[in-house]
Amino acid sequence: MITQRNLILLGIVGAALLALPLIGSLFAIYLVNEILIFALFALSFNLLLGYGGLISFGHAAYFAIGAYACAVLLTTFGWPFFLAFGAAAVISAVCAAVIGYFCVKLTEIYFSMLTLAFAQLVWAVAFKWIAVTGGDTGFIGVAVPDWLDVPVRFYYFTIVVVALCAWIMWRIVNSAYGFTLVATRENRNRAEFIGVDVKRIQLVAFILAGTFAGVAGSLFTLFNHSVFVESAWWTQSAEVMIMSILGGVGTFLGPALGAATLLILDRFITEWTVYWPTFLAIILLAVLFFFPEGLMGFASKRKKKGE
Amino acid sequence: MFDNPMLTFIQLLNGLSLGMSLFVIAAGLTLILGVLRVLNFAHGAFYMLGGYVCFSLVKLLSGVPGGFWLAAIGSAIALAGMAYLIERTMLRHLYERDHLYQLLFTFALVMIIGDLVRFTWGTQVLSVSLPPGFKGAVNLGIAYYPSYRLFLCLMGVIVAVGMWYFVNRTRAGRFVRAARQDREMLESLGINVGRIYMLTFVGGSALAGFGGALAAPAVALSQGMDAEIIVQCFIIVIIGGLGSLGGAFLGALILGLLNSFGVMLVPNFEIVLIYLMMVVVLMIRPWGLLGKPEAQ
Repeated sequence: MITQRNLILLGIVGAALLALPLIGSLFAIYLVNEILIFALFALSFNLLLGYGGLISFGHAAYFAIGAYACAVLLTTFGWPFFLAFGAAAVISAVCAAVIGYFCVKLTEIYFSMLTLAFAQLVWAVAFKWIAVTGGDTGFIGVAVPDWLDVPVRFYYFTIVVVALCAWIMWRIVNSAYGFTLVATRENRNRAEFIGVDVKRIQLVAFILAGTFAGVAGSLFTLFNHSVFVESAWWTQSAEVMIMSILGGVGTFLGPALGAATLLILDRFITEWTVYWPTFLAIILLAVLFFFPEGLMGFASKRKKKGE
Repeated sequence: MFDNPMLTFIQLLNGLSLGMSLFVIAAGLTLILGVLRVLNFAHGAFYMLGGYVCFSLVKLLSGVPGGFWLAAIGSAIALAGMAYLIERTMLRHLYERDHLYQLLFTFALVMIIGDLVRFTWGTQVLSVSLPPGFKGAVNLGIAYYPSYRLFLCLMGVIVAVGMWYFVNRTRAGRFVRAARQDREMLESLGINVGRIYMLTFVGGSALAGFGGALAAPAVALSQGMDAEIIVQCFIIVIIGGLGSLGGAFLGALILGLLNSFGVMLVPNFEIVLIYLMMVVVLMIRPWGLLGKPEAQ
């Protein structure tokens, strides 16, 4: 729920994001830009994990599909920017619909396995369909329009897109549909008894999550001017899962906080050691054993204790 | 494509030796998955570590007769010891938790082992030379074939028979089967299920280490070999059926043969073919070719 206190916090974060270019550090702009993109990716993932209780193991697939679609439409086909950007989201949605249709038929470990299998299939296609994707060398030299190809402008563009998507997702999870989705997570059988078509509810969540992941992928393409096949590999799916758990899947913005924490730590720890994965693993173990609700859950619990 | 019998024959052997060396690793994975219900992403990292440990032991034992074989057994023991520590200190506290947390735990292991390998052995690609007696090729009538590859085929079959005997014909194996079927019932009969879990994890991990050691002379040791092997093992386990040993054997054969003949049928797209098959099997028989559907 939006309390006054949260609203003020959100306003401060928003103002800080908008004011960031004033400090004039290109490094900060790039870092926060990347955080925003991955925050969107993690938020989309949390529609499935946090709200739907669906452990998808192949969420990177839709990120990659959006990324490649945007790159190919812009560069190979020379589509106008907004058309290509929109079409990339639509393509991600369609792919998520087709894949999700089969996945929601399965439950638990089998659901996770099938999402993983499809994601690996997407990876294999991207890896081998060299004529379109560039294969192992990646898709390099994406035709980002000139008006957007300025770090500060792209930064504001990202803020607008991510804020818009986050707002839509917020509205979705607080709608009747969102509550029904939570009900299917809490008790699938009871939801079915009262007449909820669980599979359909889950499929819609799958499509929504895939679409927003695709938008994040498109942004990442524009950000990097390139796409690499690693963006579909299972470790990318693992990463978004780690971000979400780290931030806390029980809250709406937790995964975004997780993305920010992970990327900031990554940037600063890799400055002085190559053994960043071990630090990440230690953080992960700490979350697993001591703070299973993530950073956000931990913070809100402490707040409650204090009140 | 089949008009050249020699080529077909060699591809057949390539498929078999690939499948059988994968089986040794996948067998451990499916055992752990069946009993502990843990999807162990770190199994590939255990395999990688097994290969690297073997590399160091071979160096250490240079000059000792049968050095490579001792090194391979040493790798299995080292991995068993590590698995024991991991299980006792951390993993066992997670059995009751959601399987998401178990997954994350195995991710953490993947990252730590990856760094451990980088820290200890560096980033350059390493190789282990073929053990003496297996350096040449064998004349099989219509073609020559590297003898070490043939040995890998044989080893897969030996491991398969050994595990089948253990699971189906020994007292300990009976407990493993029972734990796979109904943990609570077994516990109420006074069996220490925690111990069975521990031994299964240790045994499965030892197989991964052994598989890595055996693969070391046939592949190049490099960072990232863990991420690739784990996906292949998942394919095998999914096709065969989660927790089914026979299924893993069948899955390994299918994957190996599809790999070698896929190259001839659809050059460049054999990987796509393999993932496609995994998807199709999951859609039609999510419990795998030889698995049994779970009661809902």
